[in-house]
Amino acid sequence: MSTVPVAAERAALAAAPGARGRLNVARAAAHFQAAPMAMVFLCFLVFPIVAIVVVSFFDYDSVQIIPRFTLENYRELLLSKVTWETYLNTFRFAAMTWAVTLLIGFTLSYFLAFHVHSTLMRIGLSLVCTVPFWTSNIIRMISWIPFLGRNGLLNMALLRLGIIHQPLEFLLFSDFAVVLALVHLNTFFMMIPIFNSMMKIDRSLIEAARDAGARAPQILWNVVIPLSKTGIAVGSIFVIALVMGDFVTVRLMSGGQSASVGLMMANSISLLQYPAAAANAILLLFLVLGLIAGIVRSVDIRGELTGSIARARAADE
Amino acid sequence: MNERKRTLGFYLLAGFFGLYVLFLYGPTITIAVLSFQGPNGGLTFPMNGHSLHWFANLFEPQLVGDFGGSLERSLLLGAMVMVTTVVVSLSAGLAYRKRFKGDTPLFYLTVASLVVPSILVSLGVGLMFSQCGLDTAWYGSAFGAQLTWTLPFGLLIMFAVFSRFNPSYEEAARDLGASSWQTLRHVVLPIIAPSLLGVALFGFTLSYDEFARTLLTAGEDNTLPLEIFAMTTNITTPVLYALGTLTTTFSFVVIGSCIAAIAIIQRRRAKRAA
Repeated sequence: MSTVPVAAERAALAAAPGARGRLNVARAAAHFQAAPMAMVFLCFLVFPIVAIVVVSFFDYDSVQIIPRFTLENYRELLLSKVTWETYLNTFRFAAMTWAVTLLIGFTLSYFLAFHVHSTLMRIGLSLVCTVPFWTSNIIRMISWIPFLGRNGLLNMALLRLGIIHQPLEFLLFSDFAVVLALVHLNTFFMMIPIFNSMMKIDRSLIEAARDAGARAPQILWNVVIPLSKTGIAVGSIFVIALVMGDFVTVRLMSGGQSASVGLMMANSISLLQYPAAAANAILLLFLVLGLIAGIVRSVDIRGELTGSIARARAADE
Repeated sequence: MNERKRTLGFYLLAGFFGLYVLFLYGPTITIAVLSFQGPNGGLTFPMNGHSLHWFANLFEPQLVGDFGGSLERSLLLGAMVMVTTVVVSLSAGLAYRKRFKGDTPLFYLTVASLVVPSILVSLGVGLMFSQCGLDTAWYGSAFGAQLTWTLPFGLLIMFAVFSRFNPSYEEAARDLGASSWQTLRHVVLPIIAPSLLGVALFGFTLSYDEFARTLLTAGEDNTLPLEIFAMTTNITTPVLYALGTLTTTFSFVVIGSCIAAIAIIQRRRAKRAA
């Protein structure tokens, strides 16, 4: 291919002229091109996880980590009732957020893919949904205060309409607020992959179904949903992973009244109990990867994400 | 489908879409309005007069900590992450058009980088630095930790770009005697320039707003999101909204100019093609 540095190419052409040589050079170059990314992941993802694993077996006191092997961190973690309640609570947040974002994300994508026909309009509307993703999450959470607070817009409106007679207390600083904010922040991650999948659906399949007498709900259930499966899977992976590891949203929106695994870790860290946080991190990592492996098994995620590169390359060989 | 009359379904779905957009932007607009509260105004409606009091307040150093310094650091870090993300993602994207040893592990590492919880990356990088006796700093450890979030997005965008890329342009350049470097510089890069702008946008904004991955890796000096988070716990005046409005406006300007640049490039191309 085309992206070999000139010197390397010349050297290789001298050594092995002809197409075969050129292909080999291209392969060698590919390694150089992929190396920077591999290095970043190695240094800032793989090694740090190794560091967490190591530290999770270390001892500690109130001021420092003591490098002495112990299983105490895991014993304490796994035998504590609080741990499992916190994990259960986190799963609950994840499940609720997943269900709501799936419903909203699917509906939005369906509208964009099948009811909006001008390409410009489609790009415009999907940008409208994407722009907030490029702004600060923390600010977006804070923005709910004047809306949900005791004297917030929602309470005022409901009072004025006579639906309630006292301000609702559960709106801000509650599980409700947490899930609302999680949905607010993460629907994007569900919507875009589903929209991508839907755009790849061959429109003639839908015409065919219609000609064969299928009604709209039948087309949706038997054609659109099965063919959007990969997008749904990718979106679900994003949402579940993001919510399982979240602690900022839970901290800010529950006002410290609700627990999540991330928050539990953050608390250990603020008490300088790094080994305890590390053991918790490993447990969380296993659970998240387990959940994701379950989802990945049902779809071809690589084909979905790499597009036709993989196929084109396979044809090349 | 195009010529069919708009059904009831269309209007219901369009209404739903509109409500979602309101849900998405409503809170941001609300705090934008409230940031113009009068000096005696509170965190909720009603408006108690209107003023620029809270914006002015923002620039008094004793009130909001190190706003100026953290903003400067965040901008610099954002620029560093942006450039690195574009270069490294482009390079890896080019590699994936060929076969190389380890392409499968690298792909799964990329996906893992997206799904491993941010707080875990933050903790891990922090621990790795402290165990190696190194100091964490925003330009070192936090920079690396943020790349684990921006690079996967960059590579996924490159996948999307190259799966639609027509290789006959490159073949034509090569047939005319262009070297590989010339082909990349004069053929491939101009064609994919708008997508690279998109990658840059992801790189900058995701870094500029990143909180969890920076939390345990930034060292002594805060970045802007860390500063804002600290403010949420001890400040209960509309100055918080003023800061929010200011950073959101800044983000909008960055996003807007990026999208405008892409649109202008595309329009010019369409004109030239016509």
